[in-house]
Amino acid sequence: MANAIKLHINGKVYSVEADPQASLLFVLRDQLDLTGSKYGCGEGQCGACTVLIDGNPRHSCITRVGSVGTKKITTIEGLERDGQLHPVQEAFLEEGAMQCAYCTSGMIVTATALLKANPHPTAEQVAEYMQGNICRCGTQPRIVAAVLRAAAAMHGQAEEGVRS
Amino acid sequence: MNEKPELQATLPEIEIERYELNAPPQYRFELQRRDFFKALGAGLLVACVLKDAFAFQESGGGRRRRFMGEQLPRQISAWLYIGENGTVTGYTGKVEIGQNIRTSLSQAIAEELRFPIGRIDLVMGDTKLTPFDMGTFGSRTTPTMNLRLRRVAAAAREALVAMAAKQWNANAQKLVAAEGKITDPSTKRTVEYAELVKGQQLTALIPEEDPLEPAAEWTVEGTAIPKINGRDFVTGKHKYPADQKLAGTLIGKVLRPPSFGATLVSVSAADASAMPGVVFVHDGDFVGVAAPSELEATRALKSIRAQWKEQTGQPTSENVYEYIKTHPAQVGGDLGERRSDFELGSMESGMSAADHRLSQTYTVAYIAHTPLEPRAALAQWSGDDLTVWTGTQRPFGVREQLMQTFHLPEEKVRVLMPDMGSGYGGKHTGECAIEAARLARAAKRPVKLIWTREEEFTWAYFRPVGVMEVSAGVRNDGTITAWEFHNYNSGESAIRTFYDIANQRIAFHPTEYPLRQGSYRALAATANHFARESFMDELAHEVKMDPLEFRMKNLKDERLRAVFAAASKKFGWGGTKKPGHGFGMGGGFEKGGNVATCAEVAVDRASGEVRVMRVVVAFECGAIVNPDGLRNQIIGGNIMGLGGALFEAIQFANGKILNPRFAQYRVPRFSDIPQMEAVLIDRKDIPSAGAGEAPLMGVAPAIGNAIFDATGVRLRAMPLVPNGLKTS
Repeated sequence: MANAIKLHINGKVYSVEADPQASLLFVLRDQLDLTGSKYGCGEGQCGACTVLIDGNPRHSCITRVGSVGTKKITTIEGLERDGQLHPVQEAFLEEGAMQCAYCTSGMIVTATALLKANPHPTAEQVAEYMQGNICRCGTQPRIVAAVLRAAAAMHGQAEEGVRS
Repeated sequence: MNEKPELQATLPEIEIERYELNAPPQYRFELQRRDFFKALGAGLLVACVLKDAFAFQESGGGRRRRFMGEQLPRQISAWLYIGENGTVTGYTGKVEIGQNIRTSLSQAIAEELRFPIGRIDLVMGDTKLTPFDMGTFGSRTTPTMNLRLRRVAAAAREALVAMAAKQWNANAQKLVAAEGKITDPSTKRTVEYAELVKGQQLTALIPEEDPLEPAAEWTVEGTAIPKINGRDFVTGKHKYPADQKLAGTLIGKVLRPPSFGATLVSVSAADASAMPGVVFVHDGDFVGVAAPSELEATRALKSIRAQWKEQTGQPTSENVYEYIKTHPAQVGGDLGERRSDFELGSMESGMSAADHRLSQTYTVAYIAHTPLEPRAALAQWSGDDLTVWTGTQRPFGVREQLMQTFHLPEEKVRVLMPDMGSGYGGKHTGECAIEAARLARAAKRPVKLIWTREEEFTWAYFRPVGVMEVSAGVRNDGTITAWEFHNYNSGESAIRTFYDIANQRIAFHPTEYPLRQGSYRALAATANHFARESFMDELAHEVKMDPLEFRMKNLKDERLRAVFAAASKKFGWGGTKKPGHGFGMGGGFEKGGNVATCAEVAVDRASGEVRVMRVVVAFECGAIVNPDGLRNQIIGGNIMGLGGALFEAIQFANGKILNPRFAQYRVPRFSDIPQMEAVLIDRKDIPSAGAGEAPLMGVAPAIGNAIFDATGVRLRAMPLVPNGLKTS
């Protein structure tokens, strides 16, 4: 049965009427118009639906909306701040790391989690971390390059931050 | 002298894949001229008219003719509108599916119109607004639509220059068009395009011709312009077909039969019908529901009780090869006349002139496209008017299917195709659009239907299964004297050999087949190149020649020689290998693209694990339109090809797909990706061809040949190592 559920998404609180058993992905997409998270498989195998829940990458397709509670959800729409793209988003643009780009949201969200856990990954570590994200267009080499580029850019920013 | 098949010279019309599902050429253009200007405001409209049609529209000579009638001709292939508000909009029936043509076609307009690319909008694949187009397939966009839009844009520029010349009473030849302005260098006067067309309602038509304009002078085309709407994708803002929504939209679900060929005996939906807000539809064999949310729709669907009568004794993924060999298609069947059968010289004399004779059989499995965005559609009825947003490579084909299904005239159906989550040849059909429309008609509200991954794996269509039989005779010096090649079912594209062989017999054999099959990115070309290039490697070893040297000895075509030379040079062909490693190559020609791929594999004999370590691809498709987009297509195509080469295969039995999930059907993932390198050869003297398909063709034989080089084990079935390399 539908309940009023409060969700903390991208720094805002949303109230939705939803069955707690409903998939978080479809609540985001169909009820909140946050369609950046994609349906790709419905079984946590492709990564297109990846969101951050309290900073950890999670497959929203197999996350029940009732299980999230007050945890903070970040979707692809929440990465851009005041018109400023996240360094991972910038890096994907600079590397041209997309073709049809249907996987791109999930790739970028997953990569931000990686860089938080490991700010200086090697190419092998990027590949390992992103193993659960499928790109059918075959853009993986550029995606790895984009994540490494973002890591370098974020490192630079952090150092500037220390200096200022 | 023998009459040699000079493929690149003698095949002017690139053959559409047998399975492309040809649509009848119904050229339509619905807008009245006055309606057009009413809708979009004053400005300049320039349209490209198909050559034959032009005579009916105008009389009199001259290359450029003004058309001032009230109704535009129906045979328009592309058009361009310059508004008085400073915008430029191009209209094409082609669609963006990740191959980056929104960018490359915008480059075509920007180049010839001399207009900033960032201010060009491209309307694509909207059956109400764009000219008819058969579909986005066969690598045809770059050779056809790019050229048409260039010509339309060039005509628009000339018209604008003429208008400025008239206004200033100046010599048009002396005026300069650049950055959306026209300047008279002698007086320093300048005028924006938008200013020139203010208050005007001008129409210009140009005949479609195919002149080769000099690529050497390009400034926008030929450059690595980034994806023009890239920001919309990295922010999640872009609305794919699956993301479309209207007020009051219900979510649809369709009840699927338990197996192929099953027929519905009875259905009971008392529970579903009792659920609040649920619409249940049973119409013939179609059973579906629409509900306010995904969860409610899923629950309603699960509550339906249906009985089916299933067909038994259907072929399996194991015996399908024998099945197609023993089930020739009925004469006069749906596949039509065979176009590719070919004989040259005498096989018998060629074979008797040989020192070695060899015959082998190769197979390719059914595989799935499995684009990451499954089929999706949002359908809305407004009275008898049907509008559907859907992911398809053939919006006009889907419109046709909707018209037939719902008995509607053309003007009642509009199909829009938002840039989609790819297709790879797998989205030519409109079943999802039809299902959404059927549900929406019953619900009297908009209905969105997104196929589940399992549905996409099961109820879409597959790349055809195939058997290829090859025989050849070769002399000790490496000259191939005879070549016979048969393809069963998988298709005839690229079936003819590009090697120079005096005696040949080549035939395609249509067969019956157990699974729904259709187009796929480079489908038959992949199968035929796999067999041909694997067999070339076998022949080279038979006569103890280096495989590169052996190919070159039998190959005259300069463009193909160039890609083989470039790939092998970059790769370090003939260099030293680590123990357990092997080198292999494969290449060929298709749809205007020349490709050569070299691969290095590492084989762990104990575990049977095969890893592709390194792939180098050389590619040449004429003048390069966008080297950055081209690299993405080449590398991406090879990664996609790597999946079909190594492990992708649909398993089926008794009319059921046994591995319809990503957990069960393996596609390339990050850990599978070798070090990849693309070598681009830019031939500015040759018209640009497409690059979506040809790059895939070399990778499977290159890997198979490399596995043989590493282990001495010859693999002749794609996928090569679905369960690792078994050597016991």
